[in-house]
Amino acid sequence: MVWLSGDQQSITVAISGSGGSGALTAGFILLAAAQRCGLYGLMMRSAGPQVRGGESVSILRLGPSPVTNIGDRVDLLAALDWRNIERFHDELALDNSSLVLHDSSAGAVPDSILASAAAQRETDFSRHAAEHSGGRANMIAVGVLGGEIGLPRQALSDAAETLLGKKSAATVEAAKACIATGYRGTVAQGETRAEGAALAQRETATPALSASPRRWRLSGNAAAGLGALRAEVGFVAAYPITPASEMLEWLAPRLERTGGTLLQAEDELAAVNMLVGASFGGVPALTATSGPGLSLMTEGIGLAIASETPILVVDVARGGPSTGLPTKSEQADLNQALYGLHGDAPHLVLAPLDVGDCAYSVEWASRLAERLQTAAILLSDQALGQTHAVIDPPPRCPPVLGRKRIHAASGQDSAQHTEQPSAPDSPAQTSTHTPADSIARTHGATQTSTFMRYAPSADGISPMPAPGEPGYTYTAEGLAHNAKGTPSSSAADHREQLGKLAHKLKAHDYGDGWARIDRGRDQSAPATISLLTWGSSWGAVQEAAHRLRDQGLQVQAIGLRLLAPLQQEALRAAIEGTRVLVIEVNAGAQLFRYLNAERALPLSARSFARPGPLPLRPFEVIAQLQDQLNLSPRAQDSGSKHSHKISHKISREPAATASQKGAR
Amino acid sequence: MTPAMIPSLRARDYLSDVKPIWCPGCGHFGVLSALTKALAYLERPKHEIALVSGIGCSSRLPAYLDCYGFHGLHGRALPLATGLKTARPDLTVIATGGDGDGFSIGGNHFLHACRRDIDLCYIVMDNAVYGMTKGQASPTTPPDWTQSALTPHGTGIPAFRPAAIALASGASFIARGFSGDPHGLSELIARAILHPGFAFVHVLSPCRTYRPDDQSSWKQAVHPFGEHLLSATEAPANATQGSTPALRIQDDGLGLGILHEVPRGPISTNATLGASPDHAAALDAIEAELEA
Repeated sequence: MVWLSGDQQSITVAISGSGGSGALTAGFILLAAAQRCGLYGLMMRSAGPQVRGGESVSILRLGPSPVTNIGDRVDLLAALDWRNIERFHDELALDNSSLVLHDSSAGAVPDSILASAAAQRETDFSRHAAEHSGGRANMIAVGVLGGEIGLPRQALSDAAETLLGKKSAATVEAAKACIATGYRGTVAQGETRAEGAALAQRETATPALSASPRRWRLSGNAAAGLGALRAEVGFVAAYPITPASEMLEWLAPRLERTGGTLLQAEDELAAVNMLVGASFGGVPALTATSGPGLSLMTEGIGLAIASETPILVVDVARGGPSTGLPTKSEQADLNQALYGLHGDAPHLVLAPLDVGDCAYSVEWASRLAERLQTAAILLSDQALGQTHAVIDPPPRCPPVLGRKRIHAASGQDSAQHTEQPSAPDSPAQTSTHTPADSIARTHGATQTSTFMRYAPSADGISPMPAPGEPGYTYTAEGLAHNAKGTPSSSAADHREQLGKLAHKLKAHDYGDGWARIDRGRDQSAPATISLLTWGSSWGAVQEAAHRLRDQGLQVQAIGLRLLAPLQQEALRAAIEGTRVLVIEVNAGAQLFRYLNAERALPLSARSFARPGPLPLRPFEVIAQLQDQLNLSPRAQDSGSKHSHKISHKISREPAATASQKGAR
Repeated sequence: MTPAMIPSLRARDYLSDVKPIWCPGCGHFGVLSALTKALAYLERPKHEIALVSGIGCSSRLPAYLDCYGFHGLHGRALPLATGLKTARPDLTVIATGGDGDGFSIGGNHFLHACRRDIDLCYIVMDNAVYGMTKGQASPTTPPDWTQSALTPHGTGIPAFRPAAIALASGASFIARGFSGDPHGLSELIARAILHPGFAFVHVLSPCRTYRPDDQSSWKQAVHPFGEHLLSATEAPANATQGSTPALRIQDDGLGLGILHEVPRGPISTNATLGASPDHAAALDAIEAELEA
């Protein structure tokens, strides 16, 4: 195995094994070792539905530059055993340049592996493990793979010590001994090959790679949790569900440290209503769930919108419909997030674009919800949530003004104009000398509150006092209501309040955060092709665009982070004059249909939508682009504005004809 | 704020300027009156009270008080109140609603609010009928009530027994009042608000529109709890047989007073709100851990 030689900028390694074999632990140790060497990486895990004892695979991709997807194929597979390996056939993506290391005691190589034409090498994982008291085959594999990849042995040992730290000292020592044995075995074998000397050197050498002092290793679920803390979320209520639970488990102890609290609710109906209650109390609130839970929460989300009480619902999506694919990913909840509510219920829909972006997006979504007094749905998914990555620390989201209060705290705005309550200056109050005059004023009031909680304003946002503020008592209302909040079924009130809900979202300036646009090194370079996507597909799409640019095509990748309200003008400007391929992992082309319904796409735009649960790989995007737009580097050389106009003009013809002509 | 600064409020000062939509003679007027009396008696400042409700005739109540309030979703008053009280333990949080809202669509939340024992007062105005949707059987409707077009032969299902179920679910305070006795009811509500855990007040609150015949007799039939206990043969089919506490088997559903009270504080959760640690410092420490 030649690591990062020639044009290979990364390596993808898989470890498979039955339940209890430690395939995931081995993957975590390799990822942590890569972090210590200043590498980037990510680790996807794939498992069956069993709670315990099920087979699992960890797939790692490591490289010197940021890694945002698992790549096209697996370079190296370590099979600790063969049990149910066929279930991972699609995930493993082996080919004739892959190398499979399989345990010598695992028996015959299965047909599915033989069919891949990958090279094979019998390796003594379990036999070497038995040489050490308490030794385990997965740690031998860590050593072998570490040697094959070229990670320093010390980094592997240190990583094992960190990750197994909670286990007994004997376990840690056995692991380190196994890693050393596996590592030496690789190097010894490697000496018969050309790269052997280089591998041997790496055993002790410190990596030549630039070690970043601040590189983080975390899952998308943890990053989402971090985003919640950054947003100063103070209340979380949730019902356990795969694959969102890890976000909640990551948050529970850390939320306490930042002064917040978490409640495990009896169901999702309770969870979302608990958020509404906490948020009404003035505390930013969030929940995490997955598709089935989101279905149960939709009525509560509608209440948050109607009563203008900010909440954030993070949907770590899985395959659907119904119970669907609880442990695997799909981007198929977009329709529900956009349209799942009854009535006209304008709200925010966002999606993080990679593991680190989960932090950025959750923070931004929460702050936007707070500012706009609405519900935000954030569409993460299993492919982001349960993927662990080594990344640069993600940036903070752009500043967003906080909740509009009656009385401004320092650094915040307050109501420009509010209907002030009548100030009853009874003798009892004027004679008191309390600094909290407003408290006395209100408490003594026999007049009832005249505060207009839902008063229209220029930006559509009404000041929102929290209970405890004297003089501004009001009843938050899920019924149609007037500006004061009193239930009203009058047409005028309905029109006014609905208009306000829509206007406040439309009038807000979302800045540049609505999307990521990648045109390569020169961001001002012209683009003739747009690869447009959202959410977890971003990594593969971004890499596909990069490779296509290397082939001489003028390609930009666009990842939508803010899906609703759609930033029509910015999107139109970004894709103007380009041929557009919309890419997503769901069968129904949900984004493509949404963008078309919003008339945001040229008629010539094409869709590449396929169901999950396999994560998107860059080669799929490249193949689709070539197939659907009939593009090759040669065809693009003659590409110009003119040819795009042709393709737009003829786009009402059947797709194949149109694209052929467009590429002519 | 010292008590000297607080000019006392009369019960009617707690009323808002919104006129109730209830029918003339509705029991809920008595509950509204009892609640305002209790709040005045307890001298709770209006802005430190939050009333939370679901949907139904009785759930309209928060708008009729000049306190903070939330008129939320059908059946979800308790989770909303739970979230509010957890986030804002300084507030007096009172949830109100009816029998359909609390025991049917919100039944699961009722069980878990009793279990969770958070410091809430939950007032259920039970008239054994869905009034707002015009007269369907509710969970507390007797099985042989045939006046609803939806269930012309009666529901055939034994009535839900709210107090017994609250007891079995772990509520630390259970009381029953009658809207026709606002004075007695206001005392029960005041005791419930003062109770430092989940306090359930089951109120018999007649519906003059849809249950005029059945419930007009309540005024004569109610009695202090402990009198008129049922014998084992009289107990309803779904009563827990063979158990000793009077509430489980011998309650005829008309006994008024405090039925159950456990003198203990709420079970502590991991709630740390109000501790106000240095958020920025805590966040920095958590981010630093991600480098390891």
